[in-house]
Amino acid sequence: MGKNKAFKAPKAKFDKVYFKRYYQLYLLLALPLIYLLIFKYVPMWYILIAFKKYSIVLPVHKMAWAKHNGMEFFIKAFKSKDFLVALRNTIMLNLKDLIVGFPVPIIFALILNELRVKRFKKVVQTITYMPHFLSWVVIYGLALQLFAPSTGLVNLFVEKLGGNSINFLGEPGNWVRTYIGLGIWQSFGWNSIIYLAAIAGISPDLYEAASVDGASRFQKMWHITLPGIRSTIIVLLIMALGNIIGSGFDRPFAMANPTVLEKAEVIATYVYKAGIKGSQFSLTAAVGLFQSVVNVFFLLGANWLSRKFGERGIW
Amino acid sequence: MEESRVVHSTGSKIGDAIFILICLIISLMCIIPMINLLAKSVSGTDYLIRREVYLLPKGLNFDAYMHVLKDAKYIRAFVWTAFLTVICTLLSLTMTMLCAYPLIFEGLKGRKIINIFVTITMFFNAGIIPNYLLLFRMGMLDTPWALIVPSCMSVYNVIIMRSFFYGIPESLRESAQIDGASFIRILVSIYVPLSKPVMATLALFYAVGRWNGYSDALMYIKDKDLYPLQLLLYNILKNINAVEVATQEGFTTPGLNEAIKCAIVMFSTIPIICIYPFLQKYFISGVTLGAVKE
Repeated sequence: MGKNKAFKAPKAKFDKVYFKRYYQLYLLLALPLIYLLIFKYVPMWYILIAFKKYSIVLPVHKMAWAKHNGMEFFIKAFKSKDFLVALRNTIMLNLKDLIVGFPVPIIFALILNELRVKRFKKVVQTITYMPHFLSWVVIYGLALQLFAPSTGLVNLFVEKLGGNSINFLGEPGNWVRTYIGLGIWQSFGWNSIIYLAAIAGISPDLYEAASVDGASRFQKMWHITLPGIRSTIIVLLIMALGNIIGSGFDRPFAMANPTVLEKAEVIATYVYKAGIKGSQFSLTAAVGLFQSVVNVFFLLGANWLSRKFGERGIW
Repeated sequence: MEESRVVHSTGSKIGDAIFILICLIISLMCIIPMINLLAKSVSGTDYLIRREVYLLPKGLNFDAYMHVLKDAKYIRAFVWTAFLTVICTLLSLTMTMLCAYPLIFEGLKGRKIINIFVTITMFFNAGIIPNYLLLFRMGMLDTPWALIVPSCMSVYNVIIMRSFFYGIPESLRESAQIDGASFIRILVSIYVPLSKPVMATLALFYAVGRWNGYSDALMYIKDKDLYPLQLLLYNILKNINAVEVATQEGFTTPGLNEAIKCAIVMFSTIPIICIYPFLQKYFISGVTLGAVKE
């Protein structure tokens, strides 16, 4: 923690003088801390429901423990086909997002960095950031129009080229490709910001020296720019890996439809349907706990791995 | 930093042209869906049915928008969402500031513990069901509070703001303290005025989050009068309550129905598209601040 940045005060005892000086800071902190306590920590207490038989009237600590030493609902979840499908889909969609989507903003940042006309560069940036500001419902609305089987722009184009109309959103395999593609479309511009900032931090001397040695543009991109943003790439890769079992709700839920559910149901949407709609609170709390715990382990593991390879971790 | 670009951009003219071309294609791919939708929303019904609308409107008319603007349901949802967005943004900014500011003072006792208390919530989330049950037991379900309070502070944004506060020279607050200013006084008269860039960034993040969010309303709200615009749009696109939509639209020829859907999508995303370009220089630094290692 930046010792030189923070305010240096002489170590004082927690006495009247200290309190008189600092009470205002505690006053300011009160509201945020109460908020976190109620809306982030109390739900952690509610996780106990995963090990108990949920009752609508009893407080959490008075609910009866579930069978098999409280593991009843975890066993039930792993015997449930619906959950296993959701688990598989979550991992598969995240992996595909990572493999196909992760390099895109890096490449885009490299390309942007080569643009010399500043104004043009800025316009390109403004346009490519736009999809990040659209909601997933709006993106689904755009996709409906763009990919409609016989009326959508893309299919009209495909038919003009002599191909057959493609059912982008109604056939599971195509749906997955569309889902991944739209994910990249939505985020590549925004995600390139961080790489551009990292590129801006590379010392100009390196490029100058390379120019003197007669390096070509692509050689400079490959041997200076890319290594220069290596640690940024690794940190973002860790975060993505740490989130491999995590699942957002908005994107899959907005884009899913009944015909593709076998590929589109992820843990979050499953929990919503089985839990909130289906009132199986203990079962879905167990599923959620499983997801959170695995998530934390992946994050810790990825961080440990990166430190082992001599890179900085994320904390 | 700008010189670096001048120094290393010594490639050929052809190289430049290739990069410009690639960027043009990428930019087109980003806006074509919007243009397509816009064109459809202002095109004549016949052209839509005959599938003749690509990127330019044909049979230009604004019937679909008139339809949307005349329907109290949409106007109502629009106003309600705008109201919610303003309230949430103001509240969230205040909360974020209250949380970030005290944590920059190293003399604050318990600062380490408070930091851990705050950061843990970023890595471990109790999940959908515990959050839902909490709101249920608090009696917040189906009230506007469910859309405001649970998401009123993002710890990620607290860290962005704290990083920004660290960047403000401490000599400023030291001299103010010597002059006898209290911590709250320093916050109000030094930190708030100097924090416009980060405030603008976080205001944008919070506002976009609230404007675009629909999952909390989906889970917590049953009363249709409290539906934010995005949830209404979701129901329309998914043809939920299709009968109701059809009867309310009255005469729905297939073409006009398509145009109306396009118009509603445009209607529900226009405010954000109009605002974000003006905040670009701020949010770029905001994103970068978030990546600063603690």
